[in-house]
Amino acid sequence: MSTAIEKQVENLDEATVRFCGDSGDGMQLAGTQFTNTSALAGNDVATFPDFPAEIRAPRGTKAGVSGFQIHFSSQDIYTPGDTVDALVAMNPAALITNLPDLRQGGILIVNTDNFDKKGLEQAGYESNPLEGGDLEEKFKVHQMDMTKLTRQAVDGLGLSVKEADRCKNFFAMGLVFWLYDRSLEPTLRFIDAKFGKKPEIAQANVAALKAGYHYGDTVEGWNTQYLVAKAKLPAGKYRNMMGNQALAWGLVAAAKLSHKRLFLGAYPITPASDILHELAKHKHFDVLTFQAEDEIAAVTSTIGAAFAGEMAVTASSGPGIALKGEGLGLAVITELPMICINVQRGGPSTGLPTKTEQSDLLQVMFGRNGECPMPVIAASSPSDCFDAIQEAWRIAVEYMTPVFFLTDGYIANGSEPWRIPEVSDLPRVRVKHPEPMPDSNDEGAPKFMPYARDEKLARPWAVPGTPTLEHRIGGLEKQDLTGNVSYDPANHEHMIKTRAAKVAGIANGIPEQAVDGPDSGDLLVISWGGPYGACATAVHRAQAMGHKVSHAHLRYLNPFPKNLGELMGRFKKVLVPEINCGQLRLLLRSEYLVDAIGFNKVQGKPFAVGEIVEKIEEVLAS
Amino acid sequence: MSVDLPLPVLTPNDFASDQDVRWCPGCGDYSILAQMKKVMPTLGLPKEKIVFISGIGCSSRFPYYMNTYGMHSIHGRAPAVATGLKTCRPDLQVWVITGDGDGLSIGGNHLMHAIRRNMDLNIVLFNNRIYGLTKGQYSPTSPAGKKTKSTPMGSIDNPLHPLSIAIGAEATFVARSIDTNIKHLAETLKRAADHRGTAFVEVYQNCNVFNDGAWNYAKDRNTKADTTLELEHGKPLIFGKDRDKGIRLNGLEPEVVQLGSGIAEDDLLFHDERSHEPSLAYLLSRMRYEDGYPEPIGVFRAVEKPKYDDMINDQIEEATKAHGIGDLEKLFNAGETWEVE
Repeated sequence: MSTAIEKQVENLDEATVRFCGDSGDGMQLAGTQFTNTSALAGNDVATFPDFPAEIRAPRGTKAGVSGFQIHFSSQDIYTPGDTVDALVAMNPAALITNLPDLRQGGILIVNTDNFDKKGLEQAGYESNPLEGGDLEEKFKVHQMDMTKLTRQAVDGLGLSVKEADRCKNFFAMGLVFWLYDRSLEPTLRFIDAKFGKKPEIAQANVAALKAGYHYGDTVEGWNTQYLVAKAKLPAGKYRNMMGNQALAWGLVAAAKLSHKRLFLGAYPITPASDILHELAKHKHFDVLTFQAEDEIAAVTSTIGAAFAGEMAVTASSGPGIALKGEGLGLAVITELPMICINVQRGGPSTGLPTKTEQSDLLQVMFGRNGECPMPVIAASSPSDCFDAIQEAWRIAVEYMTPVFFLTDGYIANGSEPWRIPEVSDLPRVRVKHPEPMPDSNDEGAPKFMPYARDEKLARPWAVPGTPTLEHRIGGLEKQDLTGNVSYDPANHEHMIKTRAAKVAGIANGIPEQAVDGPDSGDLLVISWGGPYGACATAVHRAQAMGHKVSHAHLRYLNPFPKNLGELMGRFKKVLVPEINCGQLRLLLRSEYLVDAIGFNKVQGKPFAVGEIVEKIEEVLAS
Repeated sequence: MSVDLPLPVLTPNDFASDQDVRWCPGCGDYSILAQMKKVMPTLGLPKEKIVFISGIGCSSRFPYYMNTYGMHSIHGRAPAVATGLKTCRPDLQVWVITGDGDGLSIGGNHLMHAIRRNMDLNIVLFNNRIYGLTKGQYSPTSPAGKKTKSTPMGSIDNPLHPLSIAIGAEATFVARSIDTNIKHLAETLKRAADHRGTAFVEVYQNCNVFNDGAWNYAKDRNTKADTTLELEHGKPLIFGKDRDKGIRLNGLEPEVVQLGSGIAEDDLLFHDERSHEPSLAYLLSRMRYEDGYPEPIGVFRAVEKPKYDDMINDQIEEATKAHGIGDLEKLFNAGETWEVE
């Protein structure tokens, strides 16, 4: 590209960009394109999409603001960033809700269209913030009427005004692409693939994208381009992955490598639906996706699929998991292997459907009637979903038990680079089904015992269709060995204790808890799930400041790793940051009688690194 | 090369499990169990290929008493459990055993959806018009005004009619039989087993403890010829001890007429179980004793339509033909990737 004006280039280690506008303005698309382009450019990336529950809230209102944040870096990064270096605001409502996150001296790009009386009123501005020079004092402000510029760019392509205006997100993208010297190629390929069948729309998007890019290149006032070098990631081939996609691919891999068909019984719910959508694309992997009539049918059809001998999975979110409770009890007492995924979101009830929370831990631990233990595993990041879900399947099969798998909206919709594994390196789960019994008419001949147990206390997984193994299972208490219905008091207690011992015994088959940092010191930060990245970064920062702080991130929440109690004992204090009111802390306190300190935030937002660093310092000083 | 070995000759006894049957003495369930065991050996299937799935209630203890594969699941959810099983394993013959409370109240949703999908299931709904296992509350099929423990002043709910529900959900096979009419019951179960798609069978079943005699009008040998009407495909609707009464269509209303005196068999409604249009089957399901009609028993509707379990597996085949057998390496490496040295 020709450079009309002398422009400077500044090198940065990392940057955080946020696009925000009306839901419907295409901010998620802009963010995704910028992420992919940055990943392809070799940066480490972490993203945070944040959108309203309403599909189209009234235009111009604060309720309808949709945002997408991307943190990209030449270093290893774990979070989408605390503060924003460059903010693109498409209207007054987006500006007023997002401006507090823009760092002092940051770049502010504003679409001045809609900064009229009505738009300002809807956003709650009493006067036009673009006037008076207040913003210019704090930020590098660039104002332009993107709507008008986009209309000019697509003029002559025969688009309606509405169609033309829909291209303005591509203008914004082009501008930011120029700012960070990103290639337009991946997005041009995307436009071709996505809009190829509507050539006039494709042409218009290309025109808007290039107009945005050239605007940065040619217009005065844009003096600096920023370069973020490639990250020094471990060698290998990478792709960008979102959490729900990684989860779906992990399921596909686990099924394929254990020679099972994959059955997903699911009912649509945010933010879990994308697992169903992704799996429905991969039917040629012998994947059966069943969109059930409700959550109860989703879980019970999954139990039917597990009885059938296949890899059976159901996926939902908190309110759906509540409905699945009775079915999960049946899965526990029938001792069938299956996975129940809970992509957590804000609760209670419908709560904050599109916002993240970690508040279903106690629900999945205890939310069933009776003594009903289930193993619980939690993913730590989008790409970790791929590995952790395969581990969940191993446990389900080896111990003949339903397994709970926890992620959350932040992990599910967030993305990061995923190093593509060698298929030969992936774990193989060995599935054993009992063979037919030797044929005998002898009265004393051994009979099939559906509730006999192996050394892990797992019962045999005999599948319908196998001759001589006919048996009946169900929700009434089972007699030991035979599986016949039994009301015998001593047998009931024995079975309750056996099922509990089986789940507790999983601790013998999982790794001991690892710790990032010295294995003793002043403070141990314990995290689980989505806050992994923020906690890891915060602890690294605190360590660099000279503090004796270490970090333990739990993948296994039930049972806990065997050394966890002893590990906590080697630190003077234990801090547990959670996006809830202290659910893991409650479990750690009751299990280990440790005086764990909570750091809790329940705002539908992930932790910022800075606030955890602050908390660490506060705890160390007290 | 596979050799087709002859199936071992099975008897009803081979289908009896080693468990004591624990229904109340005199319960209508015994007869249904006996007829099921009698029908099983006639299906040409080894017993390991047969699975019984039930919900909760007296009828739902059924799987424990059959020496096949089985699952006693949870309230109302048997059709959903069976759906997961049958989707994965179309080779199995799957029976759903349910009752009026289990199937129409707590599980009404699943029943409706299993039927509309035309999943290849055989659903047998034992209708005794009462909650038996919870000791005698009114059920969704109890008549209005029914006095029970939970409705001491009489039920104010309007009853559901299982066959009307099934036909409303476009069931491809719908039939009714009576626990004590054992020959008819066995034949009906056999027809259900042979049907490809959802077969829905309502069985009038007596609860002699909490609702004794609910179906007496249809069972009493002195009255049943006048209160029931045996459906036969292609035959006119004739009933009565002397087979002298029939059903004629008057506009959209069925009408009981006396044969002779100007009304011939040809004037009557002829039964067509294969009619694509379910309206006549629905009309038959609305003929009630209390409205002065004989209640039809037998097969109301038996039509062929694509089955869900076939179609979901066909899609897998189709996808495999289009994309080849799923290859993980290909999946992981497709689309935008980059190398880090």
